[in-house]
Amino acid sequence: MTITATPPSPVATAVPSAPSPWLGRLSTFGLYVLSISVALLLAGLLVSLTGASPWEAVQAIFQGSLSDAAALGLSLDKAAPLLIVAVGTCIATSAGLFSIGQEGQVVIGATVGAGIAIFLHGPGPLILFVALLGAALGGAAWAAVSALLYYWRGVPVVISTLLLVYIAYQVVFYAVTQPWLLQESGQNVASPQSDMIREDAWLPRVGEYPGLNFSSLVVIAVLLAIGASIVLNRTTWGFRLRMLGLNPKAARRAGVSAVLLGSTALMISGAFAGFVGGALLVGGSHRLQPGISENVGWDGLLVALVARNNPILAIPVAFFFGVLRAGGGFLASTGVPRYIVDVVTAILVLAIVFPPAYQYLRREVRARRLARALAAGGAA
Amino acid sequence: MIDFFAAVLAAIPLILASSLRLATPLMFAGLGEYMAEKAGMINISIEGMMLAGAFSAILGATVTGSPVLGLVFGILAGVLIAFVHATFSYRLTVNTYVVGLTLNLLVLGLTSFLLDSLDLGNAQLSKFEIPLLSDLPLVGQAVFNQRWPAYLLWILIPTVWFVMYRTRWGLDMRAIGENPSAVDASGIDVLKRQRQGLLLAGAFAGLGGAYLSVAEVGLFNQNMTAARGYVVIAAVIFGGWTIKGTIAGCLLFGAADAMRLALPALDITFNAQLLIASPYILALLAMVVFARRSRAPAAYGRPFIRGLA
Repeated sequence: MTITATPPSPVATAVPSAPSPWLGRLSTFGLYVLSISVALLLAGLLVSLTGASPWEAVQAIFQGSLSDAAALGLSLDKAAPLLIVAVGTCIATSAGLFSIGQEGQVVIGATVGAGIAIFLHGPGPLILFVALLGAALGGAAWAAVSALLYYWRGVPVVISTLLLVYIAYQVVFYAVTQPWLLQESGQNVASPQSDMIREDAWLPRVGEYPGLNFSSLVVIAVLLAIGASIVLNRTTWGFRLRMLGLNPKAARRAGVSAVLLGSTALMISGAFAGFVGGALLVGGSHRLQPGISENVGWDGLLVALVARNNPILAIPVAFFFGVLRAGGGFLASTGVPRYIVDVVTAILVLAIVFPPAYQYLRREVRARRLARALAAGGAA
Repeated sequence: MIDFFAAVLAAIPLILASSLRLATPLMFAGLGEYMAEKAGMINISIEGMMLAGAFSAILGATVTGSPVLGLVFGILAGVLIAFVHATFSYRLTVNTYVVGLTLNLLVLGLTSFLLDSLDLGNAQLSKFEIPLLSDLPLVGQAVFNQRWPAYLLWILIPTVWFVMYRTRWGLDMRAIGENPSAVDASGIDVLKRQRQGLLLAGAFAGLGGAYLSVAEVGLFNQNMTAARGYVVIAAVIFGGWTIKGTIAGCLLFGAADAMRLALPALDITFNAQLLIASPYILALLAMVVFARRSRAPAAYGRPFIRGLA
């Protein structure tokens, strides 16, 4: 791999000519088609392994996610939390901070939201607002721990956010198993969940049942994605943030405070995730349960990656993930274990990140070959 | 009160045995993770490697009818996951954490899916009691009457030390963790070394997972490793990136797990969630303390990209 270690080849290497950009674009597209086909083929093979037909599995997923207005609404409901988590991730990543703790921030957000919604008294809409605000602040606080450890002691953000996820899981489990905290009251059998929250503090839905209906979180999610895109690309703050991410040294020379801006970005990302936790509570299960997050933190992170940290691109990607999630529930009828959805999601992610990385490597190799050929020419 | 102390005293050998039993898979995986982290990598896919190892061990034992071959299957599964990870992150340059998390998701989904679709049997390796030593008070049964692969640790721990501190390859790995650009400039292929390290970590993690299923429990459950891989990462950090410390961390976290299981039986109420979270909390605290002493490899957690100083 190193240039210096390899002696120039005595055989005159043909200097590679610059490939036509059209050919390059075509081969990128071809690579995407190829790697996604391979991924789908693998998934199909797995499904046939169970004796079921892959085509029936595809139909079941379609039926559960896109076939009618109700199914489409379900897909949108599943996509919205992923999108918000992904948008938050884009903001932190733009600042060059790679956080993988969204899942923990979601769970903490849900816990804080539940505490507010259950213990606070007042008019329903106010409680809804305060609970969501509290959830966002909870997620931000959880992310702030990572920011503090990073800027104060140099603890890598990746490690601290990862460890904090598993601490967060235990925090929520503790909260719902303690009668003096959030455990369900008045039950003989103590179950690890909280009381239901008041119905007038639930997140309102858009549309009526037989027709298209979805959580108002969908609207919020799309607005947040557009807003984040504008802020990142069209404001001074966003410019500074991206400068910090792309070249921290230059950013510091230009007067950007890495500590202040980086911490803020990390906390905003945490706030987005925490907000999702609160929204899952007031718009989904309506009570705190240890499994309330349904892994939206992990999957939202993958959405951001597949969308290459572009909040606008994250909208269709999150929708696609939502379709898979919604359709997965319908797989039971075909006898295919629903876990296939997780498998398909994962291999599709790998299939989508493969082509650009492969192209990058090819460019590198080509450049190196060129350098070697030039060196050989110079020596001759 | 005296009864209580008598009960606790009688329980000590049992708790010791169960601590060691629960720590053994962690120690196997920990040795591999130690090598990977020494070369600056935070091997997040270790969770997937262990889970794949646990599943494949039972699968292999069911198919071949031999738990020993199951163990081999487990190691190979860990290596396979490591190979995919290494290809994506250390040959191509896809972000290692993203690939790691995706692989964990993939393995969790795949093993759950296959567990539902296939008929897996039970298989368990036998215990081997070392005569005389197993009669020692307190520790005898815990240390010298284990499933036989556990004794491999007595060989593997010194071997890993020797490889890391007495071979050229180990020096390269440690140097990569400190200053990959310098290693690159001296003509060593950094990414190749990291790929090799990752494959070794995969073998160790696969062995740890296989030990969990085919030696300790005797069958495979859905999500059997249950975040043990992350506990292993925590153990390496807690151990301050030393072999001794890593093993100590694994033993401590194994003991925490054992306490969680034993305390209710002894009528002691203690916060179980705190015990489960303790590895992660202790690892975070350890990082805070070590940061100032710069115990971590200098290039810890920063993927090496050529030309980027």
